[in-house]
Amino acid sequence: MPETTIHQPVEKPRNPHIENFKNIVKRLKKNKAAMVGGFLILLFVITAFVGPYLVPFSAGEQVLVNKLQGPSAEHWFGTDHLGRDIFSRIIHGMSITLYIGFFSVVIGAIVGVIFGIISGYFGGKIDTLIMRAMDILLAFPGILLALGVVTILGPSLNNVIIAVGVFSVPSFARIVRGSTLSVKELEYIDAVRALGASDFRIIVRHVLPNVFSPIIVQATLRIATAILTAAGLSFLGLGAQPPKPEWGAMLSDGRNYIFDAGHVALFPGLAIVIVVLAFNIFGDGLRDALDPKMKS
Amino acid sequence: MFVFTIRRILQTIPVLLGVTILVFLMMHLVPGDAAQIIAGEAASQQTIEQIRERLGLNDPLPMQYFNFLLNALQGDLGTSIQSGQEVTEEVFSRFWVTLELAFYSMILSVFIGLIAGIISAVRHYTLTDALTMIIALFGLSMPNFWLGLMLMQWFAIELKIFPVSGWGSPEQIVLPVIALGTAGAAIIARMTRSSMLEVISQDYIRTARAKGVKERYVIYKHALKNALIPVVTVIGLEFGTLLTGAVLTETVFSINGLGRYIVESIQARDFPAVQGSVLVVAVIFIIVNLLVDISYRFLNKRIDLN
Repeated sequence: MPETTIHQPVEKPRNPHIENFKNIVKRLKKNKAAMVGGFLILLFVITAFVGPYLVPFSAGEQVLVNKLQGPSAEHWFGTDHLGRDIFSRIIHGMSITLYIGFFSVVIGAIVGVIFGIISGYFGGKIDTLIMRAMDILLAFPGILLALGVVTILGPSLNNVIIAVGVFSVPSFARIVRGSTLSVKELEYIDAVRALGASDFRIIVRHVLPNVFSPIIVQATLRIATAILTAAGLSFLGLGAQPPKPEWGAMLSDGRNYIFDAGHVALFPGLAIVIVVLAFNIFGDGLRDALDPKMKS
Repeated sequence: MFVFTIRRILQTIPVLLGVTILVFLMMHLVPGDAAQIIAGEAASQQTIEQIRERLGLNDPLPMQYFNFLLNALQGDLGTSIQSGQEVTEEVFSRFWVTLELAFYSMILSVFIGLIAGIISAVRHYTLTDALTMIIALFGLSMPNFWLGLMLMQWFAIELKIFPVSGWGSPEQIVLPVIALGTAGAAIIARMTRSSMLEVISQDYIRTARAKGVKERYVIYKHALKNALIPVVTVIGLEFGTLLTGAVLTETVFSINGLGRYIVESIQARDFPAVQGSVLVVAVIFIIVNLLVDISYRFLNKRIDLN
């Protein structure tokens, strides 16, 4: 045996969460699709921050004589009905899309996780109450709930985030409730409770880390749905308002010029597809890496 | 089974009530005075008061809800502010178009989804499987309104094979149905594939193969029957997505359905119309899922009835 640790005090127990995290990263690295998705997402985030400084035109720069031009060396994706450079506008719009996707899911996740944990951990009447409320929210399919919320709050970018957030709450609540139920039954939770830990401490220190994986998987996949829903609302004129270079709103412009200039609708849509695709691929990969049982 | 069916129906009632409460509150959660919004900026105090009286906005809230529920149960969803017509009539006259659109899209989704899913599962980990799943992932990631616009541009404007807009003739149906049904096809394909793969790995399939049952029989008779059970649930959920996805598809193709009605009503701040149509879609979705749930139990007798 080479050098041993005999003279040292007992090795400090490794933090199980960090070990767990390392394992996840290892498994994730093996998943090629997830790596591609993750790399693309990273690229999008960088683009959102530095892209606007690199593109040749600002989001609002109008050159009316150049309106509705097809793709060219000067305007890679052509120009829109106001002579604005579509490529530059798409790059400027990247941050809006990521902003909506990220924050709406964060809102939905926080509220959903709180409901889900309370429901699963305490059970009984409060569980029934919360889950029935979630059933009611789920009774509004697809974009309908978001439409309802926008009706109440009025059309704007931030209201879309709230609308899409509300729309994501039930899926988080359900998943977290299920995971909490199974974690709660584990023996070591009983042990911790016997040691006198409060409910709050058990939830924060023991339940939450254990339901973390399904939350992350769900969040990644939900960002994809959120981006699609938000773009849909903006397309309907109920989300981001012109002249914001939001992709759904740009598509709505494109619809008006589809007869003369198809490229106006083509490129913003492609941008949506690529971003949503990246989140879907990454989410699928995460799911395979984090929880092989969750494969659906 | 009978007990389960009854219990499941009874469970639906609180959800239905909750939905009516939420839809009812929609109008009251709008910041500002609903009567003022309905009457418009320039309306006189008297007009606003009249509207308030007509809509019963002066009554206490529970009373208003009770009246709303009572009227809704009798099929009265109020009067549209925009057109002055009965909301119930307007909703149902447009509802059939949306139902048709959703129904055809459903058929397309199920048909393509099942075939693609089965092929992918039978040839798993081959190029065919990989390609099918990549296409499915794209289908899942595409906004249906963008797909609709692109189909319109290629097949209606440039190639002139199909009409640009409208609903009714067989040619008019093709593009909207493809636009709306693609995402569903992708979801069903992925679901079918994973469900098939799970079933194929089970013991009884191995037994069937060992007995010398032909591979085709193993797949279509033994595996598919059980693999389809979870797919049924997805189909139920997908129906709701199609009903509301129609909001966007109808806007793209200028189809006069319920989805477009909802959007136009929201834009015009026509609250009774929004309330009525949202309520109708939600109730139909609940009923469809109830039916799916019950049929699911019939299909899968192994599930614990409690």
